[in-house]
Amino acid sequence: MNGGADLGGMMGFGPVAPEADEPLFHAPWEARALGMVVALGACGQWNIDAARSAREDMHPGDYTRTPYYAIWLKAAKRLMVEKEMLTEAEIAQGVPLIAATSIKRRLAAEDVDAMLSAGGPADRPEQGEPAFAVGDQVRTINDHPTTHTRMARYARDKVGTITKVHGFHVFPDSNAQGQGEDPQWLYQVAFSARTLWGAQGREGDSVTLDLWEPYLRTVL
Amino acid sequence: MTSHDHDHDHSHLTETEARVRALESLLSAKGYIDSAAVDRIIQTYETKIGPRNGAHVVAKSWVEPEFEAWLRRDASAAIHSLGYHSRQGEHIEAVFNADDVHHLVVCTLCSCYPWSVLGLPPTWYKSPPFRSRAVIDPRGVLAEFGLTLAPTTRVEVHDSTAEIRYLVIPQRPEGTEGLTMDQLAELVTRNAMIGTGLARAPQVAS
Repeated sequence: MNGGADLGGMMGFGPVAPEADEPLFHAPWEARALGMVVALGACGQWNIDAARSAREDMHPGDYTRTPYYAIWLKAAKRLMVEKEMLTEAEIAQGVPLIAATSIKRRLAAEDVDAMLSAGGPADRPEQGEPAFAVGDQVRTINDHPTTHTRMARYARDKVGTITKVHGFHVFPDSNAQGQGEDPQWLYQVAFSARTLWGAQGREGDSVTLDLWEPYLRTVL
Repeated sequence: MTSHDHDHDHSHLTETEARVRALESLLSAKGYIDSAAVDRIIQTYETKIGPRNGAHVVAKSWVEPEFEAWLRRDASAAIHSLGYHSRQGEHIEAVFNADDVHHLVVCTLCSCYPWSVLGLPPTWYKSPPFRSRAVIDPRGVLAEFGLTLAPTTRVEVHDSTAEIRYLVIPQRPEGTEGLTMDQLAELVTRNAMIGTGLARAPQVAS
């Protein structure tokens, strides 16, 4: 979706403001939010692409002004309501009002290390051959889905060069909508800054994006 | 709880704390999460998984050519071999700075970051100013971090749009020939591994 999260190239946000000696968490609630969101992910009721989709589906003005962990919590609450794990009334009152939904698993403290260590690899057994090879020129699609995509707006309908074939990875556009992983070949594609930004791009500079095959077309 | 006599920021924070605590209680009561697991996750990122992991990877690549070659060939395997194997580090690319190229990592679409080697991202990395400008004005962004590159150094920005995480291998500073791997790792800052900084110069012995 062309939402508030798709920030590449936007202007008006002012300078980057790195904090000296920034703490890992600025308040206790940030730490709890991190831990809860990671633990909820382990319940298996949604995948990472659905979580990203829920985070970016906010009013763009709200998205750009909301602290990151608050965006995470807001999306987690929304997903839990959608998956009928919670009701809005329960969130408002802070007490259970309906029976809990059965979840795939509840993460126990003794399983945290193994869960973090296992992570969630996105590569899948390869099927067929990649359509593109390193050095090939490709043009990105000009497509504006209203649903989740990782084809950043600023790099749509642009010609780039394949710089790496990463492998065969879960396709977020499908996975975010619960339509299956539909794995696809994933490439690193380099675009010159001039191609992306015209006169504002500096000659010689470049940006790479990691893009799935359905985002790419052959340049004849 | 009412605390209207507090200043606005304080009471806002207090409300947020209370709301998040209430949510955690609710999720525990419904059997979805275990607060001890939440504690354990937090402790892991406070004490075990942070930029010292990445600094070790960088320092090892500076002193062991075979490890550097492995990082270039298959960074995921090379990094996993050191035990840095955890979520948001499943697939890693190492990108090497040199005199003629400087790498900068961003995630314009969200906050993708190599947790397994750098820990949790700093707030600025997740915020609109960095995410919007790193791709269109990387040199302006670097200048805000106090970094001005030679005009002959090209900038290659890596927008983490998939599940590949990027780790910048900064150049080894001059005058570090006699240092041990541990001493070298001390020179490798988090920002140097994002590309918004360089490795620190060694302190001159007094």
